[in-house]
Amino acid sequence: MELEDFINKFAECFNQTGASAFKPETEFRKLDEWGSMMALIVIAMIDADFGKTITSEDLKNAGTVASLFEIVKNK
Amino acid sequence: MAVFSVPNIQVKGISATVPKQVEDNNDFALLTGPERALFIKTVGIRYRHVAAAGVTASDLCLSAAGKLLADLGWGAAEVNVLVFVTQTPDYIIPNTASLLQEKLNLSRNCIAFDVNLGCSGYVYGLSIVGGLLQNMPGAKALLLVGDISTATISMQDKSTAPLFSDAGTATALEYSTDGIIHFNLQTDGKEFDDIIIPGGGYRNPLNETSLEYTEYEKGISRNQLQMKLDGIKIFNFGLREVAPNIEKLLLEKGIEKDSIDYFVFHQANLLMLESIRKKLKAAPEKVPYSLYDYGNTSSATIPVTIVSELREQMESGKVKLLLSGFGVGLSWGSAYIETKNIVCPKMIEI
Repeated sequence: MELEDFINKFAECFNQTGASAFKPETEFRKLDEWGSMMALIVIAMIDADFGKTITSEDLKNAGTVASLFEIVKNK
Repeated sequence: MAVFSVPNIQVKGISATVPKQVEDNNDFALLTGPERALFIKTVGIRYRHVAAAGVTASDLCLSAAGKLLADLGWGAAEVNVLVFVTQTPDYIIPNTASLLQEKLNLSRNCIAFDVNLGCSGYVYGLSIVGGLLQNMPGAKALLLVGDISTATISMQDKSTAPLFSDAGTATALEYSTDGIIHFNLQTDGKEFDDIIIPGGGYRNPLNETSLEYTEYEKGISRNQLQMKLDGIKIFNFGLREVAPNIEKLLLEKGIEKDSIDYFVFHQANLLMLESIRKKLKAAPEKVPYSLYDYGNTSSATIPVTIVSELREQMESGKVKLLLSGFGVGLSWGSAYIETKNIVCPKMIEI
């Protein structure tokens, strides 16, 4: 699992936020589009594409896309 | 051992009744316009049928049962078993099935009792009725499954209010040496508080604070007599448990997945159900959805989906169904069932 691939798939979950907004250091929970629905969409993507289950605590603990990637990778 | 078979049972008919009053999630004030659009697209629920004050789940089931008995040509005196699955009974005491036995003019020799289950309740109910009919050759049964979940939610809670809808259903079953249903039923009480109404029972009895509202976060306020649902935990539960439960049932009973005509899931959340469908590698046309028009009707979603989406197929030939219910408890299960030309009236609205 590569960070770049993770960021691309993470970005594809969003409708209104352009792909260029997603970088390793992006604080995704501060994005206007982030909310409970986006959390479910991201959870479903990580389950389907990476075979990992993440919790609401994981999402809260991950400040950035890169830190979420590390949490997923270490599951 | 949760995988088992119940022989000598056939489903003869399925009916469903929903309230006429409909609410549109596009009007739900706690969500912004873009949030509503994303909710409807992702969760899949637009319209919710809401019972008027004074209308209970048993009233909706009574309507569905009356129509089904009439269309089947069954006399009330022929019904030997009535099981009512609900989490919204008429009273704390007595059980509502007794009231339904009286209102349907069923015999005093009829077995009648309630079962307190929600999302998994239809599948569990089939297994309970099937188990009873085993020792009753020639017997007929009614499985009544319904809830008025809208009465249990806070309209100030955006995590539950746009989800739930009301319905009552009736399923007619008969002892028959031609029929068999296979089940895989499971429970995990460790997560009992993922979906819960914490107050008003005997662990946390009604008191002067029960009706006080607490704001848990912006847009999520409720009192102790209203339902709490941990959406992410339940979402992960569905992703984790449902597909393996179904796969185990099919494997142990030697059922080819491709031979199944329809997978009818509890209508919880479109994103979750589509994830489960993909895990099962089931074709989209084999997985009907009713949640856009009927929402999450708790225990009733499976028969509501059969009536609203598969009525013609159910009436006109043989159908092989995989049913799967999952949620509150946590409780979940699947059933494999074959039907032939059953009675399936159009959705009733009252």
